[in-house]
Order: sequence, then C-alpha cells, then structure tokens
Amino acid sequence: MLPTAAGHAYAGALLVMLVASINYNLSLGHGLVFLLAALAFVSIVDAFRNLLQLAVRPGRVDPVFAGEPARFSLLVHNPRDARRPSLRLRRPPDPTAAAFSLAARHTAAITLDCPTRRRGWLPLGRVVIETTWPLGLIRAWSVLVPDLRCLVYPAPEADPPPLPDGPASGLGQDAVQRGDDDFAGLRTHQPADPPRHVAWKVVARGGPMLTKHFSGFAGGQLRLDWGGLPAQLDVEARIARLAAWVLAAQASGQPFALSLPDGCGPIGLGPRHVHDCLTRLALFAAPADGDDRD
Amino acid sequence: MATTGTDTRLGVPALWLLATTAITLAPHATHLPAWLSALCALLLAWRALNLWQTHAGVHRALVALVAIAVAVALKAEFGHFLGKDPGVAMLAALLCLKQLEARTARDIRAAVLLGLFLQLGLFFYEQSLPFAAIALIGTFSALLTLIALHDPDAAPRDHLRTARLLALQAAPFVVVLFVLFPRIPGPLWGLPADAWSGMTGLSDTMSPGSISQLGLSDAIAFRAQFDGSPPPPNQRYWRGPVLTDFDGRTWRALRATTNAAPAYTPRGIRYAYRLTLEPHNQTWLLALEFPGHDLPTTRHTSDFQLLADAPVRARARFDLSAFPDTPVGLDEDEAVLQAARRLPPNSNPRARALARQLGGGTASAARTLERVLAQLRDLPLTYTLRPPRLGTHSVDEFLFETQRGFCEHFASAFVFLMRAANVPARVVTGYQGGEINPVDGSMVVRQSDAHAWAEVWLPERGWVRVDPTALAAPQRIEGGLAAALPLGEPLPLLMRPALSWLRELRHRWEALSNAWNQSVLGYNADRQRQLLSRIGLPQADWRTLGALLGASAALLTLSLLGWAYLRPRHRDPLDRAWARFCDKLARKGLARLPWEGPIDYAERLAKAEPRCADAVRAIASDYARLRYGCSGDARADALARLVQRIKEFRIR
Repeated sequence: MLPTAAGHAYAGALLVMLVASINYNLSLGHGLVFLLAALAFVSIVDAFRNLLQLAVRPGRVDPVFAGEPARFSLLVHNPRDARRPSLRLRRPPDPTAAAFSLAARHTAAITLDCPTRRRGWLPLGRVVIETTWPLGLIRAWSVLVPDLRCLVYPAPEADPPPLPDGPASGLGQDAVQRGDDDFAGLRTHQPADPPRHVAWKVVARGGPMLTKHFSGFAGGQLRLDWGGLPAQLDVEARIARLAAWVLAAQASGQPFALSLPDGCGPIGLGPRHVHDCLTRLALFAAPADGDDRD
Repeated sequence: MATTGTDTRLGVPALWLLATTAITLAPHATHLPAWLSALCALLLAWRALNLWQTHAGVHRALVALVAIAVAVALKAEFGHFLGKDPGVAMLAALLCLKQLEARTARDIRAAVLLGLFLQLGLFFYEQSLPFAAIALIGTFSALLTLIALHDPDAAPRDHLRTARLLALQAAPFVVVLFVLFPRIPGPLWGLPADAWSGMTGLSDTMSPGSISQLGLSDAIAFRAQFDGSPPPPNQRYWRGPVLTDFDGRTWRALRATTNAAPAYTPRGIRYAYRLTLEPHNQTWLLALEFPGHDLPTTRHTSDFQLLADAPVRARARFDLSAFPDTPVGLDEDEAVLQAARRLPPNSNPRARALARQLGGGTASAARTLERVLAQLRDLPLTYTLRPPRLGTHSVDEFLFETQRGFCEHFASAFVFLMRAANVPARVVTGYQGGEINPVDGSMVVRQSDAHAWAEVWLPERGWVRVDPTALAAPQRIEGGLAAALPLGEPLPLLMRPALSWLRELRHRWEALSNAWNQSVLGYNADRQRQLLSRIGLPQADWRTLGALLGASAALLTLSLLGWAYLRPRHRDPLDRAWARFCDKLARKGLARLPWEGPIDYAERLAKAEPRCADAVRAIASDYARLRYGCSGDARADALARLVQRIKEFRIR
C-alpha cells in the first residue's frame, strides 16, 4: 500500500490547500481539504478490498523455443458478487502489465509474457497483482509465487545443414536413405539441393523455395546422433542443430530417433515425439531452475 | 486518432473534467472580470466541441500564447499580479487552457488538482450554503473524473456507484477531522494586500452621504441572540466609532485611550446576548450601549466603545452584556469636553448665528438642548435616502436650503448647533434597530440599519444620547428605515411591505444561514476548545486533539476494514450450503475447481478420500438434483436434509 506519483502530487496539493485555509481562516477550506483527504484515505481501503479474496491459480503454459516469449496463463477468480475493476498483473522487474477487470463471480485467464533466452525450465517466479483503483492515488499490491513453469525448448539452429543422409546406425543397413523413389514431402531449399528437386510450381505461385523430398525406402528412418556431429561444435551448438534437425525430420515425415550422450530415444514421428525429443534436448545437462531470471 | 495523439480511453474522463470545470468556474463568475469569465466560457465551449467532434488537440504554442496574454491582461486589470484576486483569476484561465491540451491521463490529473485549488479559491469570496453546495457538487464531479480515468472499462453508472461509495465512506472521516483536527488560528504569515478587500461596513469618518450609501444594502452586519427578551427598539443603539473632530464637512474620530475595564459603572437592566459579527476588517465590535466588563480579549475605549484586539476578518462570536440605562461620562476629562466644543472657524455662519440666538440668555446646557431640539422640530426637515448634494457649508445648506437629509445630516447639524451654543456634543455612528427573525429568534442587524446619532454632555448627567433623526422621522427608531421613509423612496427590495411573503422566506433562509455560520463557518480554535471542555476535556491542547483524532480515525478505519473483509452470504440456502461444503474441503486442500461440476468434483474427492466417498457422492448428487431439477414441496424437505448432511459432514 503506497501512494503513486499522482498520490504524492495530490498530497502536496492538499498540504498547500490546508495552509491556505489556515492562513485565510477558511472554515470551508478546512472542510474541503478534509473531504479530499478522507476520500484519498478510504480509497486505500477500497484498493485493498479490490484485491482481497481474489484467488489466483496457475493455468496452462505451452512450451516455447528459446527466444520466443513464454506465455504464462494464470486463472484469477473473483468470488465476490461485485465487479473488480482495474486489476493489473505483472512480473516485478518488468513494468509492462496485463490490465483486466473481473466481473462478479467470474474467472479470467490472464496471460503474462516473459522473454526466454535459455533452454530448460523457466519458472514464472514472483508475480505482483496490483490495483490503483479507485482514484489512482494509492497502489495496493500483493506478491504471489504461483507454481508455474514453462519448458523452454532450445532455439533451433537458424540455418542448419541438411539432415544426415546416412542410414541410422544400429537400425540395419540402409534403413533410412534419402532417394529419388517416393515423394515424401517438401522441405526448405538448401543450396546443395539439385535444381530438379526444387518445387518450381510452388515458386511460380509466389511461394518460398522448397525442395521436393523423396525417400528411398518406405518409412525410411533417421537417427539424429549427438556423436555424429562435427567435433568442433560445443554443447549448445550441438543442441541447437539437433533441435533444428528434429523439426526438419518431423517436417519431412521420416520417423527419427534422437541419440544423446545419456542414451538413445525411441524412433517415432508426430507432435508427441517431437515434444519428447525437444524436452530431452531442453533439459540435457540443463541449467538449474531459476538461472534464467533477468 | 493516431494523428491527434489523444487517447480515446480519455473521452469519458475528459467529459467529466469538462463538467467539473464548468461547475467550479460558474460561481467564480461573481467576482472574476467579465472578460475573463467570457474567455473561460469560450474555451470550455471550444473544448466541448472538440470532444464531441474531432478530438483534435490544440497546439501547445497557442495555449501558451493565450496564457501569457491572460497574465498580461490580469496585470493591467488588477495593477498587480501576486495577490489573491489575480491569482484566482489566473488559475481559472489555466484550468480552461489545461483542458484544451489534455492528451494524457497525467494532464487530466493535473487539471483535476487545478480544479480543486479553484474550489478552495471560491471560499475566499463566499462561504455561504449555496456556494458550499456547488463546491460539493464540483468535488463529486472531480471524483468521478478520477474514477473514470482509472476504470475505463466500466459504464458511467458504475463510476457513479463507486463515487457514491467513496463519499459515504469518507463522510464520517470528514466529520471527525472537521471537529477534531487541531485548528490553528491564522494567519501564519503576512497576507497579500488585497486579502481583505471588499468588506463593507462603517468607517471612522462621516461626511454627508456616507451612511446613506449603506442604507440600500441588505447585507447583514451582525446578529445578536439575546438570553431572554431583547431590549425595546428605542434602546437598540449599537455603538460604533465616536466622531468628535469636525472640519466643516467631514467628521473624524479622535484617538481614544483604551482600558481593560469600562470607564463607567454598569447600572440598571442587564441584557446578555451573543453577538455574531460579520467580518468588516475593523476592530470595533458594535456592542449594544453600554457594554459591561465581559471578555478579557476586548478593550473599552474612553468614548465607551468596545474594541477587539485585532481587526475582525472572519465571522466572530462574542458573549456580551449591555446596560442601556448606565449614566456615562459623569466625570469626563476636560480635554475631551474641550474637543467636543471645538468648531472650525468661519464655517456655516448661519447655523452659528442661529445657535448663538438659541443659547443666549441662559446658562443651562439642558435648556439650550431643549431649545435646539424645538428649533429642529420646527424646521420642515425631511428624512430621505436620497439627500441632495451639499457644498462647503453643509450644515447651513441642510438646515436652511435643501432641508432634506439622512441621519448623518441630522446628527451633524444638531451637534454643530450644540457646539456653537457652547455645549459639548459629538456624533456617534453605529447601527440602530434590528429585526427579530421569527424562525430562530435571533436579532438581525443589517447595513441598512447603519445610523448616526449624537451625544451631548450635561453636568450631573454626563453624556446623554440625543437622536435628532427621531425629530423628523420618529418611526425610524421604532420601525426601522422602511417605516420612516416617505412613500416613493427606493428601498432595499425586501423591505418593501408588499413583499411580506418574500420576507418570510428570507427569514427562514437567514435562520438557516445563521445556523450554518454558527456551527460550520464559525468553528475555530476557540469553539473547538469549548466543545472539548463540554465533553469533559478542559484545557485540551493539540496533543489531546491528536490523540482523540487518532483514536476516532482508528475506530472508523477498523469498521471500514471489517466491511472490507465481509463476505456476502449467499442469498439462496442451497448455494450457501454448497459453498459451505466446498469450503470444508478446500481447507483440506481439495478445493473445487471452477470448471468442475458437482458430480465430477465428487468423483475426484472420492478418489482422494476413499473413506468418505459415499457421503461425498450423496451430497453432490443431492445438490445437483436440487440445483438442476426438482421443485415443489419435496424440494424443501430435500434441501433441509442436504443442509443437515453438509453440517454433519467431516473428513476423517
């Protein structure tokens, strides 16, 4: 419960008015000053009551790639039979806030965006719910630490080399091979792709340069191997490349497996598999929780 | 919108601000220069058009230019810039200009503060009940501006509700603060020179026409509340400045010595009364003749006036007593008598000749007095509010040529004649009369009751009051100005006999104003002390007051907090019972999720607490049945059973 900048100005004005009232012996001037002071004072209680008995519960958080904003959703419930106006929710060092009002007996899902930089778990941490209602003179706030964290996938490498061509070792000879037999989908064009594989029809329609992608074997399988990466890459660079390959493999429609130093995952395809793989990448030798606060 | 830079969410607060400004400035029109009022109205109309149509802002340079022009014009108008009047006028102009360039929430807040300053500024000029009401409406409107600014999503009805809630909550605090906040008798420092301008009343000089100016003013000079019956009309002489020095045209007061006690021994009937004096920026208190020794803060002069220790610049109350029958000046100082015989040489030769003739041949002052009075009675003198203008020999012209005059002409002529006949005499100014307000029984004395009479000094009897006006217009003393003036004279509107119903209305209104003045406007440090000693706290200083104030405010705050914590009960008994059930489980960490229906909730609970699975399921299904189906008589029984079951429900 602290006065806002406007509250300080208001208090200053009131002081000047009180001195003028005393100086000129204005009984009604005293009355006016007292009225204004009393209004500001009861607005403290009203601001406090505006937050009282609000229930804030964690909502859902979807994983994001590092660099994208994490969107934390909080469910704010108003159990009272009256509207609660002008509430704001924000993460303390960040001055931008989500402003909202709650109707009587209503729950609202409020989303807080927060920048991400590093893979791993990003806890929401301290959240402040505050209000300057009704007069903007007093800011009432309450700090809460909702049990809410966001999984931050590693940022995929921006311009990764093409998916490894070689057969997935340990899965049988020539188990996965890119070939020219069956059209398997489209992927972004790489400079090394043969021009006859470019999807010119798409380009003609004004679309991006895409390369037609053909599988040599039905259900060709791909192994994305940590150990197979060039030796000069460091841990984060390897993870970034693998993340990009996971996405590329999913886009190409080839089942793939992710092999990290802590073990080799199952072969699979589909959003669930992508999520599992990206989660492994995100948490591989992950920085401890909370290190990512800025 | 992007081109104007004005936030559209400021539309509603901007409208409220406009209303606040209009309400605040309207009563200021009574004292602001006319051109400034017109300019303000023009600016506000422009702003209204602006909000209604285009939302286009006004260029800041233009606003600054107008502000500078107004400042220069005000300097020219008032002759100075740092004072109360030009200050308030400048604020008024700034408030209007601030509206035009209000683009952000911050601008609007600044304008609201300016508006509040101007509301205070209004009280420099007028603190009466209607002005207080207007100021209150203006404050409410300012409140709405702030509320609308901080709750832009809500409908105006919600804003009104919030404002009403705040006002209701604030009201007890205002009362407590008003009564208990330690009052400091001002001023804290020197005030600008124009601080006390515009107060009307008597002055310490009198020349022909000076009192008849007051005759047309209906304004109240003071009020008196008598314990018991008031004195009869012919004893209602309220003594003001005593004028001894005469230069042939103007009467002036001599410097009198002052004393804590009166120079006479009060005798005869005593009238006790409470005098409530309107501010007149003078020290004289206009006490009823002759004041007793009542208050330590007042002083008695050697010419029997009662003075305050400082000019009366705020409405003030004094508990006084009067002894009209007291003989005064029995052993008057010879110097004073000498001064009361002095006349300017060569003035008014005809009056001098008349006096010599009247005073000749007899040694007795009393005899001379009788003759002079008889002579004045014989002259065809007319009492009028519109006396002709007089030249150098004002007494001669009045007595022998124009023969029309107001009380100052009569008093002046009489005193001149007495002095010319070598009898000490002097003019006394003050008020004569007073009307009882039938509504609250207080006596009201107006500026139109201003009067001048005379005193002559007779051996053995001292100073004796003689009212020469009574010779020409005896009704003036008994019935007031309206009764004494001949038909066709202009009278203050409400003195006209035809308007008696209006006078009745005025009586009521003035009784209300009197109550307002006494209890609200007159509340000061003294009254605060009196009030506290009445509730058993004599000698209360600011510490006592602070403690009382703190305790009362704390009590009020606690009750307000109690209200804040209050959880409204569900009106429906079924809802109430279900909420109770959910609360019981919430305490065990099994709160119902907002999207969970009763059956889903019960299933989750049954899994979490298998031992009371059956009870939980039964309650939930009963609740669902009562909530979504089932009506009629059976419902009441089922409801009672459910309530009972929820009451007995325990989680083991």
